[in-house]
Amino acid sequence: MTFHRGKLIAIMGSSGCGKTTLLRHIGGALKPTKGSVKVDGKIMHELDQDGLYEMRRKMGMLFQFGALFTDMSVYDNVAFQMREHTDLPEELIHDLVMMKLHAVGLRGTHNLMPSELSGGMARRVALARTVALDPMLIMYDEPFAGLDPISLTVVGDLIRRLNDALGATSVIVTHDVQESLKIVDYVYFMAGGVIVAEGTPDEIRASDKEFVHQFVHGEIDGPVPFHYPGGDYRQDLNLRA
Amino acid sequence: MPVAKTIQVIGHRTINAVWRIGMATRFFALTLVYSGNGFRRFRLITKELFSTGVMSLIIIIVAGLFVGMVLGLQGYETLKRYGSESALGVMVALGLVRELGPVVAALLFASRAGSAMTAEIGLMKATEQIDAMELMAINPIARIIAPRFWAGVISMPLLAAMFSAAGIFGGYFVGVVQIGVDEGSFWSQMQAAVDFKHDILNGVLKSFVFGVVVTAIALFEGYDAPPTAEGVSRATTRTVVTSSLAILMLDFVLTAMMFGGSE
Amino acid sequence: MERSKLDLWVGMFVVAGIAALVMLAMKVGNLSTYNVSETYQVQAFFSNVGGLKPKASIRSAGVLVGRVTGISLDTERYEAKVTMSLDKRYQFPRDTIANIQTAGLLGEQYIGLAPGGDSEMLKAGEQIKKTQSAMVLEDLIGKFIYSKADATAQ
Repeated sequence: MTFHRGKLIAIMGSSGCGKTTLLRHIGGALKPTKGSVKVDGKIMHELDQDGLYEMRRKMGMLFQFGALFTDMSVYDNVAFQMREHTDLPEELIHDLVMMKLHAVGLRGTHNLMPSELSGGMARRVALARTVALDPMLIMYDEPFAGLDPISLTVVGDLIRRLNDALGATSVIVTHDVQESLKIVDYVYFMAGGVIVAEGTPDEIRASDKEFVHQFVHGEIDGPVPFHYPGGDYRQDLNLRA
Repeated sequence: MPVAKTIQVIGHRTINAVWRIGMATRFFALTLVYSGNGFRRFRLITKELFSTGVMSLIIIIVAGLFVGMVLGLQGYETLKRYGSESALGVMVALGLVRELGPVVAALLFASRAGSAMTAEIGLMKATEQIDAMELMAINPIARIIAPRFWAGVISMPLLAAMFSAAGIFGGYFVGVVQIGVDEGSFWSQMQAAVDFKHDILNGVLKSFVFGVVVTAIALFEGYDAPPTAEGVSRATTRTVVTSSLAILMLDFVLTAMMFGGSE
Repeated sequence: MERSKLDLWVGMFVVAGIAALVMLAMKVGNLSTYNVSETYQVQAFFSNVGGLKPKASIRSAGVLVGRVTGISLDTERYEAKVTMSLDKRYQFPRDTIANIQTAGLLGEQYIGLAPGGDSEMLKAGEQIKKTQSAMVLEDLIGKFIYSKADATAQ
């Protein structure tokens, strides 16, 4: 699959189908056993430590539950990469942090610790931290998991707006169909580690493929079975046939 | 075949143990390699010194005081039989500086600061903070592990010295102030018997070794913990158990090397 | 936690730790009598050093003036060669007598220096000629029993 610059792409699939693994391959955290991941023309698993770190500076990743550093304040979390990777003076970092926090609407929280934030706010702070160095590729691992409807819409809207503002490529791994279909440009469906369907949101909604239909409409039984494969039911209950 | 099964289990455990030791060694080596960053930015270490050193102060001083007081009482009871109460200072000081100071302070340090370190690192891993840092192109060993390691190594000898000092004061309080051993002979015999190089520096060396071992175990257990609540809690327990055993065994080896055989 | 407050606490911790170390070294240990003053070395031969050990104290008129730094057997004379380092502040005449004494009946052994009347002083590396060996308790008891036995035999 290919992700084009400036586009917002969703990767969907049921739990455990390899979506998060895919993100880790893009980030170079795992080495593929087969095939390769190319980012900006470079094959990730062939880079050495320095090359890999060089590439990762151009990427941002939002983790499922934000993964804010619990021992730092909101301000220090957002400033973290600027301090580690740049020699910017502290006044400039202050302004940048405030701009990033303002973009997610949480400028007032800069003195709080991550434990004092609600789940939705933590996600937004994490988003501000992810885009702190204006990455060219942003990855989102389940950005919608565990959010209330308001936070959900807010985060979805932010992802779309940040992507357009930065001109970056965004990859969203999710199983929240309705929210992501509203904001993305293109969708890939994965099952069992392979792509089973792809298309624009409209194509997906209209798709007549069984799997896609089941997923989009959340039906109980279909190509993804309700029952985990097991032995004969009658035998398990010790009934004589 | 129960015998074959048993041998298989032994083999499996051995392979696991060797593998873990290898992992721990590699982790330790990486910590040392990436320590340069921590020293260039000493503030990172300062921050950890607060949570390892300053937070352990109260428990170390209070424990030292009581251990010294007990030494004073018990030592007096024993020495009285031989009519050599004036050697109480020697007994308290040598006991603390050579053995109890480094060992008990290290045991307390393992259960206070070591377990906290394991839990903190384990939780950072469970909440993907370590992965996040790695993906931000920041080496978590250089940024998280190395400063904590050096903070532990620096604070351990200081804590042990404070433990010994508090203990000697406790022994002085019980022996001289309460029981009434002669103050002059308490201090002068102590000074005559305790040698700076042989006793005090060796004690400091011991606590330095314990500091390295306890902190390395605590950090490795945290970094190696399965990222679940159960995994972190088990890693915390293992930190305390493993480092306590390591302290006591190493203490025997070090004592044999330092004091055994000579003279 | 503010930075300045954190720095203050950590600073206090480090200062307290170093203070404890210094206190151990000076008040508990013998660093205060260690290298404070310069020393000079002299030797003495004893036919028997008894239980004398390195780092034993050397006293003159009860005052600590130095420490034993080495004990070895001289294979030419088959006597114990004791090296002592003495405080530079204290000079002793060349005919000073060194004898091994015991603090109390069963206490530590130390070397006592009894100054003679020579006008020349001992120099570094020189040797104390007049020595008196350790009194070994067993020998004393042995002698006592022999003399008693002799007395009863007569």
